[in-house]
Formats: sequence, C-alpha cells, structure tokens
Amino acid sequence: MDELIKYAPDLALGFLENVKIAAVGAVVSMILGTILVAMRVSPTPVLRAAGTVYVNVVRNTPLTLVLAFSALGLSDRLGLVFSDVPLTNSFWLVSLGLSAYTAAFVCEALRAGVNTVPIGQAEAARSIGLTFMQSLTMIILPQAFRAVIAPLGSVMIAMIKNTTVATAGGYLADSAAVMKITFDQTGASIPIFIGLIIAFMVLTMPIGFLTGWLSRRLAVVR
Amino acid sequence: MSASVLFDIPGPRARLRNGLLTVLGVAAVAAALYGVYAGFDAKGQWAAEIWLPFLKWNTWQVYIFPGLIGTLRAAAAASVLALVFGIVFGLARLSDHSWIRIPAGAVVEIFRAIPLLLLIFFIFYLFPTLMGGGDYGFVALVLGLTLYNGSVLAEIVRAGVNAVPKGQAEAAYAVGMRKNQVMRLVLVPQAVTAMMPAIVSQLVVLLKDTALGYIIAYVDLLNTGFNILPAAIFGALIPAAIVVGVIYVALNMALSFLATWLERRSRRSRRSTTPPITTGPGPIESGVGSAAVP
Repeated sequence: MDELIKYAPDLALGFLENVKIAAVGAVVSMILGTILVAMRVSPTPVLRAAGTVYVNVVRNTPLTLVLAFSALGLSDRLGLVFSDVPLTNSFWLVSLGLSAYTAAFVCEALRAGVNTVPIGQAEAARSIGLTFMQSLTMIILPQAFRAVIAPLGSVMIAMIKNTTVATAGGYLADSAAVMKITFDQTGASIPIFIGLIIAFMVLTMPIGFLTGWLSRRLAVVR
Repeated sequence: MSASVLFDIPGPRARLRNGLLTVLGVAAVAAALYGVYAGFDAKGQWAAEIWLPFLKWNTWQVYIFPGLIGTLRAAAAASVLALVFGIVFGLARLSDHSWIRIPAGAVVEIFRAIPLLLLIFFIFYLFPTLMGGGDYGFVALVLGLTLYNGSVLAEIVRAGVNAVPKGQAEAAYAVGMRKNQVMRLVLVPQAVTAMMPAIVSQLVVLLKDTALGYIIAYVDLLNTGFNILPAAIFGALIPAAIVVGVIYVALNMALSFLATWLERRSRRSRRSTTPPITTGPGPIESGVGSAAVP
C-alpha cells in the first residue's frame, strides 16, 4: 500500500495521459468512422471499394503494429511531424494512430446499424425526392446511430483500454509506461496494479452504463 | 450486384456527379499512395538491395519463420487455454448455486475490464518476484491473453447456452433428464453451433493481440519485423514492416473468412434450433446497407 501512495502522483499523471489520448481518439475516430460508413454505402464504386479495403486491412492489423508503424515509419521515415517537442509529437502520432485503428471498428458498428434500418425508410426517402446525401444524413444515419449506441459504447471502452498500447508508439508517458518504470524499481506491486485497474474501471464503467441506458431510452420503436 | 435501395438508378446528372466523384476518389487515393511512395523513396526504402533479401530463402528461414512460429505458438497455447477457461467460467456463471455463480461472474467481469497490456506487464513482473529470474515473456503473454480472452469467451458461452430456446431444456427435464444431462446432451451441443462464429472472431482478436508481446520483447512476428530484421539487413525497416504487415493481415483475414463462412452455414443449418449469436449487433439481412455492400 505504501508503494501506491508513494508513486500515486506519477501514476495519476500517467493515467491523465491515457484520458487525453482517449478524448482525442473518441472524437477523431467517430468522425473518421462516420465518413468511412458514408463511403461504404455511397453510390460511387471507387469510394465504396476504398472504404472496404481500408476497414478490412486496418481491422486485421494488430494495434501494436499500427502504432509502431506510425512512430517508426510515418514519423522517422516520412517526416510526419506534429511538433518539435518529441513527447508532444509522439502524443499526436499515437492518438491519431489509435483513431485510425478505432475508426474501422466504428465504421463496422455503424454499418450494422445501417443494416437495422428497414428498407421502407430508404424507399420512402427516395420517393419524396431526397438525394443520397439527404437521405443518409436525415433518415438513415440518425436511426443507425440510435440502433448502435451500446455497441459504439463497447468500441469506445475497448479504445480506452487500448490507449495503454501507446508505449508501442514510443509515447512513454502513459500509465502503462509509468507502471513499467515503477515496477523496474519496486518489482511487481499488487496495490499499484489494482489502483490503476480501478482508475480504468472508473472511466469505462460509466460509459457502459450510460450507453446501455441511452440505447434503451433512444431505441427506435418499430 | 443489385442496385442499392439508398439511391436511384443514376440519371444523366447523377452519372456526371458519380463520374466526378470517381475521378476525385481515384485522384485522392493515388495522391496519398504517391505521397507515401515518394516519402519512402526519398529515404531509399525502395532500393533493391534492401528488398532483394526477401527473395532469399535464408531470410525467411532465419528471421521471419522463427518470428511467425513465436506468434503462432503463443496464439495456439492461449487459444486452447482461453477456450478451457471460457467453457469452465461460462458454465459456472450459469450454475444454480450462488456460491459458484457469483465468484465466477466477478472473475469474468474483472478480467474483461482490465486493459490487456497492464495485465501482461503485471504478470511479466510478478513471476520473477515470485519464482526468481528467467525469461517470462512467453508465460506472461499467454497467461494475459488467456485470462482476458477466456473471460470474453465465457460471456459467449453463457450467451450461447441462454440463446437455446427454453422449450429445449423444458422438454429435456420432462423426459426425466438430470441437470447435468440437460446441459451436456441438449443445451451445449446446440449452443456450440450458435457460438462458433463468435468464438472464431474472438480467436482473431487473440491472434492480433499476440503482437503485444513486442512490448515485453517476446520474439514474435512483430519483433522480427521491427527489431531483428532491420538490424540484420541494414535500413530495411519499411520492407520488413510491409512484409510482416501482409502476413498478419493475411492470417487474420483467413480466420475472419472462416468465421463468416461458419456463420452463414449455421444460419442455414436446420440441425440447431438456435440462431448464431454475435458479439456486436447482428447483421440483419433485409436492412438498408446490405444491398449496397458488395
């Protein structure tokens, strides 16, 4: 217990980094995922194919590989630099890498939601003269989102847990890295481990409850 | 492919717009690919001397196959253990005795909520503290994957058994079977068919997560690709990353296709009364998106 108290400030700072990565990841991956799902149901075959290839490739690549590649490949070799401060630079690389990875899962969840919208809805939208973009943004996506609130919550919870893999992208400030550094000094410490788990649970469990409640409350009655 | 219900058969203006979007889409994809190509070209990553080694058997034999075997070994061990863990805890959660049901539920819920990397790190540091020095990379990776994926599989098992129509268990009790017989002879055999797609999908996740071994320096495919190969063939980081990435994607896609095929098969099959369960929202065949997606 003493170890937890002694290292608590460091661990809390590390955990805060996870929260920051998760916040960026949640926003960017939702936007990217929505664009991807629009591409995957669009009338243009090229966009449809591009979306399908992206989702299938990214979904089947380990996150560790995505993050290691964004650090070693994109930053070191391609010179994709967000900031001159190395730590800030790798923060953005990791956040955007995680977003690009999560976006594929958001897209799949949303596509399952699009599939729950009855055909009659789309046919009615077409018959009153709405264009593809109009029927997508006003008829299909609002119903699709409401159908997949709970699965999207699961995707977001998985994303929050995945922020610990930031280490693989060379961002050595998050709680997993801090825990490793601490364990190098103290050996495995059960209180520190439990403390961190509780911190993550405090973050993920309300999301689970909230999305469960929202999905029941906002369910489309058919 | 039939026309999508989301848009009409294109008229002249829509055809023009589609043509324009096609051109723009091709241009955007080509620009992105060219940007990556040119960037790597400037660093000499397409040079023949760092790509030629991948045509030699020696490179595969000495570097890539040992890494691939490391990945597959960890995945195989963790899959078997996770399945055992999942079946035991999944059935324990269905027990009529609260002293079995509640602890099993707690274990499953806790291990599902822990970030996997933290669990692997903890085991990686716990073993040397308990049992003295040694290389615990493999043990930590397999144990971490087992506990996490086993918990998810336990939920799949529980959902699968619960998805068997209630009449099946009632009929079995009515012909005089005992609890154990009902589970063993009636519920589990029908649930297995329904669970297969979800189980295979979870095994894809497990295979992908073996790459976390890279972080604790376990010699897996990712470690070969990002550490060992670029050190051995000087500067060949991008070729190695591409080769390793293609192997990962091919492996996982093959497993994913197996899951999809199993799902179609069990959806068609009349032998089980239980529809296939999925971890996410199930694809509904008659929905809006299905016609538009090839």
